Amino acid sequence: MSQIFRRSTNTFTRATIFGAVFMLGLTVWAIDRLSRSDYVTRATQAREQPVPFSHAHHVGGLGVDCQYCHTSVEISSYANIPPTKTCMNCHSQIWSTSPTLEPVRASYRTNQSIRWTKVNDLPDFVYFNHSIHVNKGVGCESCHGRVDRMPLTYQVNSLQMEWCLNCHRNPEKYVRPREFITTMGYQPAGDQEEIGRKLVAEYKIQNARALTSCSTCHR
Amino acid sequence: MRTKLTLGGLALSLAVLSACRQDMHDQPKYVPLRPSDFFADGRSARPIAEGTVARGHLNDDKLFYTGKGADGRPSQEFPMPVTKALLLRGEQRYNIYCTPCHDRTGNGNGMIVRRGYRRPPTYHSDRLRQQPNGYLYDVITNGFGAMPDYAAQVQPADRWAIVAYIRALQLSQQASINDVPPEARNQLGGAK
Ligand code: HEC
Ligand code: HEC
Ligand code: HEC
Ligand code: HEC
Ligand code: HEC
Ligand code: HEC
Repeated sequence: MSQIFRRSTNTFTRATIFGAVFMLGLTVWAIDRLSRSDYVTRATQAREQPVPFSHAHHVGGLGVDCQYCHTSVEISSYANIPPTKTCMNCHSQIWSTSPTLEPVRASYRTNQSIRWTKVNDLPDFVYFNHSIHVNKGVGCESCHGRVDRMPLTYQVNSLQMEWCLNCHRNPEKYVRPREFITTMGYQPAGDQEEIGRKLVAEYKIQNARALTSCSTCHR
Repeated sequence: MRTKLTLGGLALSLAVLSACRQDMHDQPKYVPLRPSDFFADGRSARPIAEGTVARGHLNDDKLFYTGKGADGRPSQEFPMPVTKALLLRGEQRYNIYCTPCHDRTGNGNGMIVRRGYRRPPTYHSDRLRQQPNGYLYDVITNGFGAMPDYAAQVQPADRWAIVAYIRALQLSQQASINDVPPEARNQLGGAK
């Protein structure tokens, strides 16, 4: 009786065994890549909004400070989306007949909130607080990027735990003097590491051990 | 073959699982500004019942909260001492909330005015120089003519800081070299 398998099948079998290991590795790698990709974290994807509000127009073009609208960012965990009244401060007179702004005027007339789509959204099991960051010299730009160039708002960073920890381990790479918190396109006056270390000491920023302890963010 | 299937299944279930975590991500609780289906206006934040006084917020300091003196007229006094820290705070707040229209010098030529908003009067007129401090406070709190009120955006203490800073701006446009302390004059680069 002749053999069922030819000799060359041996090579095929070896290739399959190797292939299985390789495929598994590839799958793990692909899942890892995918879970960090912009597709999953939704970074860099602009969201549809009820009114095409443009930070590029209002911040980049008109030079309005972030806090004019995001009033509670310094004092609260939450940065606050401006109420319709804030838009109407200017739009009662400017572009007051523009059809694009009709939802804003309708909201003002009817006292119904505009339903903005949330862009940066941490899971509910994470505790985040704006005021501590802003008061310790972490600028909006470090987390939200060049908002003044966004025609529609999008998330810039992954907002994954790894991203938070990366800064909590080395805050000196990012902190800036408090007066530049809302500045876009901030350039440190000198070496960032050196200035950063000085500010970390001046603002009494805690050490990496405290800042990376699980209960800091999961409380 | 069986191991391969198991491994494939494992990889698949991992991939599927990573999409099933949403229940802890979006917990059924209210965080600020989250909408609500329960209330008719769609807001989870509820208005405070009328007449409620939060602990520590009786706000009975008339001068501090309304800018008016005991006689009901705008007061010339500040409810707090005017310090350098107050002025610096005022400068910062002024630059955030007032410059879009009044511009950094107070001449009323801000960016929004250049885009067609009604032009505010300059702060450097005798009429506004002579208005009492409480009057400026009242303009921020209640608005004035075409100017919207800033009560929601600027807290009372910051309103007073802004008033102090407007006073400093007004002085700055009328300053002479005699107002500069002698030891600081050499910083002015030879101005006479
Ligand atoms: C004229 C008012 C205004 C100003 C000034 C302004 N914003 Fe906004 N911002 C808004 C509004 C309205 C939204 C909600 C719509 C949207 O997401 O685009 C928003 C949304 C955002 C978001 C996304 C919020 C989310 O849903 O996650 C970020 C981040 C943000 N702003 C940062 C900034 C920064 C940083 C500055 C200053 C450089 C700034 N904004 C200045 C009005 C303003
Ligand atoms: C400080 C004044 C100011 C505030 C506050 C403000 N805007 Fe504007 N907005 C402007 C000006 C000025 C323009 C015109 C821009 C230009 O000409 O460059 C404009 C333009 C716009 C446009 C484009 C209009 C069109 O028809 O193309 C939209 C949309 C808009 N604003 C939405 C908003 C919303 C929503 C808010 C509230 C969160 C808001 N704005 C708050 C001053 C303001
Ligand atoms: C340390 C990083 C960090 C800094 C600094 C920061 N933000 Fe945020 N911001 C976030 C994160 C993370 C979220 C999402 C929070 C959530 O979903 O609970 C967010 C959300 C927001 C929102 C949506 C409303 C909210 O609070 O969820 C606005 C508006 C905003 N940021 C504006 C600002 C402005 C303006 C500044 C600067 C003054 C700033 N942020 C500085 C990380 C940051
Ligand atoms: C660019 C730098 C940076 C990033 C990114 C950042 N943080 Fe922070 N965070 C800081 C600094 C600096 C402090 C101030 C620490 C202190 O006060 O000692 C801080 C403090 C905090 C605190 C308060 C700590 C305490 O002891 O109460 C929390 C909570 C926190 N961060 C959560 C987060 C979360 C969640 C993220 C990611 C979504 C994040 N941070 C991203 C720099 C950063
Ligand atoms: C600086 C803030 C911070 C610290 C410190 C921190 N985490 Fe997290 N953690 C986060 C954020 C933000 C997320 C959400 C990540 C996401 O959305 O993908 C998260 C998510 C998680 C998750 C859920 C992962 C998922 O995708 O479902 C676990 C589990 C977790 N953290 C465990 C820990 C443990 C254990 C520690 C202590 C060793 C820790 N964390 C410390 C910010 C932090
Ligand atoms: C959206 C544009 C705008 C902004 C922002 C603004 N103002 Fe005005 N302001 C005006 C206009 C317009 C007038 C003139 C109103 C009129 O005569 O009908 C005015 C008038 C005034 C006057 C003079 C009142 C009088 O008796 O003539 C004072 C004082 C004043 N503003 C203070 C402030 C302060 C303080 C802020 C910042 C908290 C501020 N304004 C922000 C538009 C603005």
